[in-house]
Amino acid sequence: MIPTQEQTESVVPEERIEIAVRRDVPDRIYRGVATAAGFTTLALMALIGGFLLFRGASALRKAGFSFLTTEMWAPDQGGDFGIGAVLPYTIQISLVALFIAVPISIATALFITQYAPTRIRRPLTSLVDLLAAIPSLIYGLWGLFYLQPRLITVGKWMGDNLGWIPLFKASGPAPHSIGQFAASTFVAGVVVSLMVIPLCTSVMREVFAQAPMGEQEAALALGGTKWGVIRDVVLPFGRGGIIGGAMLGLGRALGETIAVTLIISPMFVRQFSIMEQGSNSIAALIALKFSESNANGISALMAAGLALFLLTLLVNAIASVIVGKGRSGAQTEI
Amino acid sequence: MSTINTQSTTSNTSQTSSGDQSIIHSAGEVFIESPRGLSARNVSCWFGEKKVLEGVNLVMRPLEVTALIGPSGCGKSTFLRTLNRMHELVPGASLAGEIQLNGDDIYRGAMPLTEVRRHIGMVFQKPNPFPAMTIAENVLSGLRLSGLKVDRHERDDILETSLKRAGLWKEVKDRLGEPGRALSGGQQQRLCIARSLAVKPQVLLMDEPCSALDPSSTRRIEETVQELSDTITIVIVTHNMQQAQRVSKFCAFFLAEENQPGRIVEADLTAKIFTTPRDERTNAYVSGHFG
Amino acid sequence: MSEIVEERIKPRRFNPDEVATVALSFATALASTWLLLYVLLPFDGALGFWLITYIVFIAVVLINSRRRFGKIASQDLVAKVVVWSSALLVLVPLVLVVFYVIGKGYHALRPRFFTEDQRYVGALSDATEGGGAHAIIGTLQQVGLAAMISIPLGVLSAVYLNEVKGRFAGLLRTLTDAMSAVPSIVAGLFIYASWILALGQQQSGFAGALALSVLFLPTVTRTAEVVLRLVPGGLREASLALGGTDWRTTSTVVLPTSRSGLATAVILGIARVIGETAPLILTVGGAFVVNTNPFGGKQDALPFFVFRLVRFPQEAQIQRAWTGALVLLILVLVLFVTARMLGGRGPDHISKFKRKRLQKKGLA
Repeated sequence: MIPTQEQTESVVPEERIEIAVRRDVPDRIYRGVATAAGFTTLALMALIGGFLLFRGASALRKAGFSFLTTEMWAPDQGGDFGIGAVLPYTIQISLVALFIAVPISIATALFITQYAPTRIRRPLTSLVDLLAAIPSLIYGLWGLFYLQPRLITVGKWMGDNLGWIPLFKASGPAPHSIGQFAASTFVAGVVVSLMVIPLCTSVMREVFAQAPMGEQEAALALGGTKWGVIRDVVLPFGRGGIIGGAMLGLGRALGETIAVTLIISPMFVRQFSIMEQGSNSIAALIALKFSESNANGISALMAAGLALFLLTLLVNAIASVIVGKGRSGAQTEI
Repeated sequence: MSTINTQSTTSNTSQTSSGDQSIIHSAGEVFIESPRGLSARNVSCWFGEKKVLEGVNLVMRPLEVTALIGPSGCGKSTFLRTLNRMHELVPGASLAGEIQLNGDDIYRGAMPLTEVRRHIGMVFQKPNPFPAMTIAENVLSGLRLSGLKVDRHERDDILETSLKRAGLWKEVKDRLGEPGRALSGGQQQRLCIARSLAVKPQVLLMDEPCSALDPSSTRRIEETVQELSDTITIVIVTHNMQQAQRVSKFCAFFLAEENQPGRIVEADLTAKIFTTPRDERTNAYVSGHFG
Repeated sequence: MSEIVEERIKPRRFNPDEVATVALSFATALASTWLLLYVLLPFDGALGFWLITYIVFIAVVLINSRRRFGKIASQDLVAKVVVWSSALLVLVPLVLVVFYVIGKGYHALRPRFFTEDQRYVGALSDATEGGGAHAIIGTLQQVGLAAMISIPLGVLSAVYLNEVKGRFAGLLRTLTDAMSAVPSIVAGLFIYASWILALGQQQSGFAGALALSVLFLPTVTRTAEVVLRLVPGGLREASLALGGTDWRTTSTVVLPTSRSGLATAVILGIARVIGETAPLILTVGGAFVVNTNPFGGKQDALPFFVFRLVRFPQEAQIQRAWTGALVLLILVLVLFVTARMLGGRGPDHISKFKRKRLQKKGLA
């Protein structure tokens, strides 16, 4: 009886109402302006890429693929130039920074979300934000004058005692002079890590804070310790946040300019050791060479800037995919 | 009082009517010195300075199901969470009184916190299998969390018996490697029961375990609870009075009067609470006048 | 029943046994590192000493606690020690940086630093000679202009992403994230390539402001969007149900509700932009004298001032750089604290200004 009734009803053609919205003039202006503002981002990103490519084109045409492999920088005199050493140094500095920053950030994020007494969580978060607000210039100065003299003793010790590991190699026979270890990749990496830590920490803190309470309580109720809960619930849940946070930190570290410029002494020949004096980065190269470059030099710097721009875009795209893929807190409503 | 205790171990329906009279000497105060099972004496709870539970005395007899009933906000869940020291997870929470497992104080005694929780397991309102683990890993997670070392054979044995006792073995024995989240809600809850059973607890606390489930899953869990009570002491919080009647032997009715902390109004045999309660408020509640 | 004084049990954060184990382990680590480094393997430098002490400390905690508490509890304790110490470690550079900059900078900080420029100052003049007024004025103008460009644009973008919810909101949100990762030097390079090389303009304060805007815009958009998202959907529906248009809903309900959040976001953004150095190197040109016109002629900026002077060999120049750094740090700290204080206000906070306006209308 009931099914037939439904059938007869559905035979009648349904007339759907077209939802038409008639907006008044202020409303239309509002939507138009907001949309235009939204699209400035798109326009700016396209313009940045476009202008760097346009201005760097002559240098890129001249150098071709050797731009990525040449280990020298003499575009002003019409000589060869390329980022064959500068790019590896940039990556090395960033990796040193991540190597230090990621474990400390994980621990700090765990501290804020899991260990700290509730009433100090907010002030602690503010302090980490403050760490991010201090200009990189000031970190660079502090790193140059305060941290470097202290860090090079560690570098020298490593060079003297662990010099057989290529990463810590120091040229010449031990004992080495202390000055040989200044202005190195290692020192720059440590200073950059200070700028990466607050960024990584805040990404990881947000993810850890979403770890479902129900699962944490279940682990405790099974006789788990706090560490057990972190290992079996919080860290697996936050894996996407940890990797994504690290990638965002990598993006930040790759582009860091002033602190690196202040610390390193620029090198255009590759060396594998992170303790030995001399390093470089694309951003520092631009900052240092800019004022002394002619038109050829500027074009080459634009090409280097384009490489840096594309590299950070790539790293951040990967980061946002990873963070987005992580199980979002919205699914579990416990 | 100790005589009552010996009676209770052999209790059956015919004997209880004589036994229950002596268990209860006044409303809200049920206490027997019990060397076995779980007992609470004069338990009060606070969140910060707000007192939410006051002077609770209750014996949860070994190998029986005790149901805690009462309207929302009466403190029954808080009380349940004091029984395996989950209450103190809330910042600012504190309590007074004494809770004993087999005669040992779980708060002041020598037993470490994690041991307490291992001996007194808990099943939560919403099923919460660990998402990063497979079905088998979920069941065995308690062993890993509490650091119990078992050999391969024993491990497989624990996996099978725990799932069997939770009534889930047949459904999942061919898909142990799938993630725990692949199961239906009711199956997930039984997985959580199996997970609790794997560490061989003496007591299982259940905090409205069926409130997030459909009626047929609820029925399955209720059957499981009854089967389990042969080997394990169960304390169950429920909003559903039919459920309390179906699964429990004893029942405690909690009530918080306006701006007052929660108290036990009446604790007795379930049959008696639902047929001839002594307190007017109990009668009103079980006959559905409020809550 | 309740007359009896109840003995309350409060959960303890620290177990005395564990604290004792940790303290004992720390003493052991300190002693053995001292022995190792000063007697057996000579090594100078306090940093290395503490580094090795820490590693030994963790190892000793692990061994001691495993013996006393068993495997599981010992893992728990080690995790606790590592997490606590890492969190403390993060705060160490914060404290060190702030005090180091104060210690280095305050000697030569005179009132004239805020009123004079470097007109009559040579590399060998005393560090207290002259001042950074030209740099401070430049920074304030550049950051002010950047704020005037970025804040309206950023808030509007956030409104597009969260209120208008146009078809491209998802794409633009991703792009905003990507844009916030643009290295600061690239922003400078972009303005140099477009504004200066392509449009034939000179280096000026305004060029600097444009470069800062490239960095500032995505920050404002992102934080403003987060703030707008916190406005409960029910408020919007309530406004629409009263017959409000989208524009009225946004302007009279959504934006005022998130006012304090927006202010906090904006000020935090300014605190971050005010210390940017890299984009300015390429765009403002640098100067020694006051130039109050950001649209014509080279300007200086406080971070650029510091960056240039610190690389001079003369002590006095380096000292001037530290003075500049201290002023910059103070600016950042003041902005940060202001932002935090504004953040504490709820949407129902009625400012003095608004109360006056209401009184005028006879509504309060």
